[in-house]
Amino acid sequence: MLEVAKQESRAERIQSRGGGDLKDALGQLKVLEFGGYAAGPCISKYLANFGASVVHVESNQRPDGFRLQYPPYKDGIVGPNRSGCFAFFNDSKKGVTLNLKQRQGLELAYRLVDWADIVIENMRPGAITRLGLGYERLGLRKPELIMLSTSNMGQTGPHASHPGFGSQLSSLSGFTNLIGEPDGPPYFLYGPYIDFVAVAYGGIAVLAALDYRLRTGKGVHIDLSQYEAGLQFLSSALLDYSANGSVARRDGNRDPQVSPHGCYPCRDGQWCVISCWDEPEWERLCRAADKSQWLSDARFLTGSLRKTHERELNETIGEWTRDQDARRLMGRLQRHGVHAAQVNTMRDLFSDPQIAFRDVWQKQSHPELGDHNYRMVSYDLSKTPGRVRGAAPCLGADNEEVFIEWLGLARSEYEELRAKGAFS
Amino acid sequence: MNLLSPYRVLDLTDDLGFLAGKIFGDLGAEVIKVEPPQGDSSRRRPPFLKNGNGSPQSLYWLAFNTNKRGITLDLRRQEGRDIFYRLGQTADFVIESFKPGTLEEWGLQYEALSRENPGLIHISITPFGHEGPYRDFAASDLEIMALSGAMSLAGEKDGEPMRVSVPQAAMWVGAEAAMGALTALAYRTVTGKGQHVDVSAQVAVMAALAHAPAFWDLTRENPERAGIFVTGRSVKGAKMRVMWSCKDGWINFIVYGGAAGRHTNQQLARWMDEKDMAPPWLKDMDWSTFAVTSITQEEVDRLEAPIATFFSTLTKQEFLAGAMERQMLGYPVASVQDITSDEQLQARQFWQPVKDQQSDITLAHPGGFAIFNGERLQIRRPAPAIGEHNSEVYANDLGMSRGEIDQLKADGVI
Repeated sequence: MLEVAKQESRAERIQSRGGGDLKDALGQLKVLEFGGYAAGPCISKYLANFGASVVHVESNQRPDGFRLQYPPYKDGIVGPNRSGCFAFFNDSKKGVTLNLKQRQGLELAYRLVDWADIVIENMRPGAITRLGLGYERLGLRKPELIMLSTSNMGQTGPHASHPGFGSQLSSLSGFTNLIGEPDGPPYFLYGPYIDFVAVAYGGIAVLAALDYRLRTGKGVHIDLSQYEAGLQFLSSALLDYSANGSVARRDGNRDPQVSPHGCYPCRDGQWCVISCWDEPEWERLCRAADKSQWLSDARFLTGSLRKTHERELNETIGEWTRDQDARRLMGRLQRHGVHAAQVNTMRDLFSDPQIAFRDVWQKQSHPELGDHNYRMVSYDLSKTPGRVRGAAPCLGADNEEVFIEWLGLARSEYEELRAKGAFS
Repeated sequence: MNLLSPYRVLDLTDDLGFLAGKIFGDLGAEVIKVEPPQGDSSRRRPPFLKNGNGSPQSLYWLAFNTNKRGITLDLRRQEGRDIFYRLGQTADFVIESFKPGTLEEWGLQYEALSRENPGLIHISITPFGHEGPYRDFAASDLEIMALSGAMSLAGEKDGEPMRVSVPQAAMWVGAEAAMGALTALAYRTVTGKGQHVDVSAQVAVMAALAHAPAFWDLTRENPERAGIFVTGRSVKGAKMRVMWSCKDGWINFIVYGGAAGRHTNQQLARWMDEKDMAPPWLKDMDWSTFAVTSITQEEVDRLEAPIATFFSTLTKQEFLAGAMERQMLGYPVASVQDITSDEQLQARQFWQPVKDQQSDITLAHPGGFAIFNGERLQIRRPAPAIGEHNSEVYANDLGMSRGEIDQLKADGVI
């Protein structure tokens, strides 16, 4: 089928499929997700932002781990619908509860599978199969299904079933080893860094599979190891070891070639990064700083001299930046054509003019969290812009809508199933 | 599995964007890397492969340009632009990372290229996006990492904010650009319409912040770097250790509470007891009710002291083996050397040997990012030499004669 598609001309190919109408890029897409935390749910959040209908399945016994295990909670009070952490990765979705260990609950899960184009799961390998929802079974039931299984280490191999969180996997995969000073400890980059790398690759994988299915009618099962996805981001360092045996190490904020390339203290605990990539840019920095003495300083005359005297250079620049406002310093240096940026804190991200310009923060009202912000992704589509379409669901909030309105259960049937504990 | 085999991608990016084209190539699309006649600037970025012929090759370039063919074209010249316009008519995707305004100046912006090719999906990758107050700011990895907020979360409390020493901003924006492009493809496949996708690296890196921004938004706490500790797990503000010194390096381990930590905590106490390193109170802990959501700093410190002593007696490899055997959460802080010998990656045949054509050296590349229907994505061709596929592409795809191609070469257009 692929070969046939290849022989058509481009225009024919596009025209033959054209003519449909859509308001949203993913307006026809239906996504079902089992699992929790970040690695699965964040993928479908991105799809939901572009119009996909997404159903997030939990149960009252086992709500998504982000609901009860991680702050922030509204007013510091722990509760399943009070977690800002859960909300952050689950906007624009429907939330249902199903007891998958019970026959009726499992039956409803199969009906959701029949409804869905894509199933995303991030349980420990083997767990979804034990529930009766593994690809071996769902793929037979629905050959055109796209199913993504994303896990720490992948579905096969000696460590496949090892439980793990991205916060630690970010170390096994080498990232934390590359943050910090050479003679100091490795640092953490706040959370499960690698989970979000795998989120991007997971989104890419299901969208590529979707296009393949639209053209061929064939389903795809995807085994995504978060470990392997993460290593893509370190490819050059891994090749350097393969080629030269050199082991990449953390090196503060230094660049292997140029100097200055660092982070400098400013007023009130703020910081500003500055880098100069050639001689003219270094000269522009000196002029912007009004420091002609830097230009004539024998230690800083050439790029390689500045690299040799990097510590003194950084101290010299730091002395100058210390009493300045980081944001104003960034503006001044940028006006002079010098690479510079303030180090935004989380608070600053909510007042950064470029982030505001791109409408990254989008407000929604939530029954327990009140008005609060969700993050939009980095890609703007000119004809089908994405947006945050609704607050994250409370636990089981959309059971009626999803099972009665979307799947067509009769009210009486729904009530009967509820009495039997299918939605517990 | 070549999921995207019907599609042609023109990749005009420099190092800020070349991961996006690589992802398309990995997924089976036909990707043509278009470089200026002197080669892409990222060919001069370290680290280098010493290939013995005096012109070391950038491993950075080799890593992210596999599965692409390579042609040269001088877009600063009108003839070059005319040729690019023709090539653009044959493309499904154009991916570029020029400074905002550059393509408009050359008459090659989305509106121009799509006039006779309405299905075209044009992806622009820039530090901050094509519009807005930072549009023209100069930014390398360091500046993007700073403005994304990521640096503020790494490093010592009150000390210098840190970036990752291997540049990451280009990775984030390249991957998200591919996701944006494929989102646009889903729309095109139904409607026939292409569009422009404007991607911001600053916003792409914000994905790495996890839920940190939610603290400021919801509770007006401003999460900051905390050295080798993590904050934000307890409502009482206790910080918990993440990095533990061991015999030959570091271990990443966090004491989790609730269902997430129960098994690990039980196993750790047992492991320590086997080595006579568990104090009696630790053995008596009831891990089934243990939680960290409201733990105090005093409680954390008491708990962590004997664990630190125990970890200091282990090597990274011993910890990893123990964690695997006991199914505990936690991993050592691995170097690229440790990763290269990891048995899980070997069992899954992750590494793919690829022979570099110029040096004849075979390098172990990180393999495809996922397995589709049991098949790992493959590297089907190594990164191209400068202009390697000029004749192939210009003759076969644009129907140029040998003479025309030679003339363009002589004129320095290709």
